[in-house]
Amino acid sequence: MRESIPLTWRRIPERYRLLGTKCTNCKTNYFPKRNICPKCRRKGKIEETQYKGKGKIFSFTEIFAPPAGFEDQAPYVLAIIELEEGPKLTTQIVNAHAKDVAIGNKVEAVFRVIQRDDPEGLIHYGFKFRLVK
Amino acid sequence: MRPVAVIGVGMTKFGEHWNEGFRDLVIKAGLRAIEDANIHGEEIQAGYVGTMASGRLVGQEHIGALLADHMGLTPIPITRIEGACASGGLAFRQGYMAVASGMHDIVVVGGVEKMTDLDVAEVSDILGGAGDQEWELFLGATFPGLYAMMARRHMHEYGTTAEMLASVAVKNHKNGAKNKYAQYQNEITIDQVLKSKMIADPLKVFDCSPITDGAAAVVLAPLDIAKKYCEQPIEIIASAQASDHIALHSRASLSELYATKVAAKHAFEQAKLTTKDIDVAEVHDCFTIAEIMAIEDLGFYKKGEGGKATLDGKTALDSEIAVNTSGGLKACGHPVGATGVKQICEITWQLRGKAEGGRQRKDAKIGLAHNVGGSGATAVVHILKQGW
Repeated sequence: MRESIPLTWRRIPERYRLLGTKCTNCKTNYFPKRNICPKCRRKGKIEETQYKGKGKIFSFTEIFAPPAGFEDQAPYVLAIIELEEGPKLTTQIVNAHAKDVAIGNKVEAVFRVIQRDDPEGLIHYGFKFRLVK
Repeated sequence: MRPVAVIGVGMTKFGEHWNEGFRDLVIKAGLRAIEDANIHGEEIQAGYVGTMASGRLVGQEHIGALLADHMGLTPIPITRIEGACASGGLAFRQGYMAVASGMHDIVVVGGVEKMTDLDVAEVSDILGGAGDQEWELFLGATFPGLYAMMARRHMHEYGTTAEMLASVAVKNHKNGAKNKYAQYQNEITIDQVLKSKMIADPLKVFDCSPITDGAAAVVLAPLDIAKKYCEQPIEIIASAQASDHIALHSRASLSELYATKVAAKHAFEQAKLTTKDIDVAEVHDCFTIAEIMAIEDLGFYKKGEGGKATLDGKTALDSEIAVNTSGGLKACGHPVGATGVKQICEITWQLRGKAEGGRQRKDAKIGLAHNVGGSGATAVVHILKQGW
């Protein structure tokens, strides 16, 4: 179902560059982009904002039973990280074993292949994160 | 709003039904509920059916019409309800509201999922749709992975241990072993859970509910005419539903389900009861950590104490509160759309004093059912009591 090019194309600014949104009314940052500020609703004003790609580990796991498209990557570390600007997001942590990862570790964004549909299908790119020494 | 009662329940065995299809399962459960309610087909005025993913699991949509046709119930309206793993609980709530409002008198509610027609990887991908497809699943998350990250936070914040998680599975298998409808009717040990295959650290395969085929159904009627049909109507005294962010990462806390807390608060207010009044509870244990969070978020135990309470046996059949006497999702099985309706069947049997196989909670008078969609973005809580 991910073979559709527009389905992935329209998310490139967010997935390649960590482009998000902020509400200039309540100063809350959001990632991924939101069309409406859930706190301010119609009083909110949404603008695009660029994240630096720095953050820390909020929680993590190691995936041993991967979903379709990730078979050749397992086991891999999956985490929820908290960006310096506030929003949390789900991402893979690359170049690390689970035993080296802990809640609170600093991480930074890197650009990687996310998954492949099949040998002749789309190759999806986007952000993953790595530990900062 | 008028009082509403459950007047009949029925379900199929949960498990792998290779010889029975989607419609066979839900019709079998429906007929059992109708027979239990002692009603005639022409008395049924409307139906609701919960199923999460029939379109992708068996290629069938338009479930309402399919069932009206094959149940012999045309031309009454039957409507499909979807809320991921909470589809059954939401369908039950729709049926309840239809009767409470006075729109209909006799309503049948079904829940069904046929999951074993595809291989495990495809089923996992489909269940992933209960989360945020573009921002969780696309990036490599799985449902065990999301609940594993909740478990990690719960362990980090409250010192919950892998042994405490395992004790949920052990207790639910002990109950499931007494339930003829359960997918797994065998007991297991903490050691077996801890040594089972890792799925998403710290969750092992025995921390996870299985892939299951099955269906459940109930019949609802206004309380004032319920006694005409059965001697032991079960009154619904609370029905509450709440929503939260669909993606786990958007939530402030990973060690609680906020939607459960809100739904529980509203439900206890409606019922004018406290947690101490509940004798039996069916809670949503899609993973062992989910039951620990559920018994905390519903208010039975303080945040952070659910794991120890379970390990200490306080949620066993004959202890402080009997949690998941059916075996829960873990041992009874989790045909996602059927689970919320199965919970109502189990509470009904418990409150009638008719739970078989040695799993009857002594003197059960008030019961609670708690059904969750996805990683907690939907929660629905019902409280029921003896209505005679």
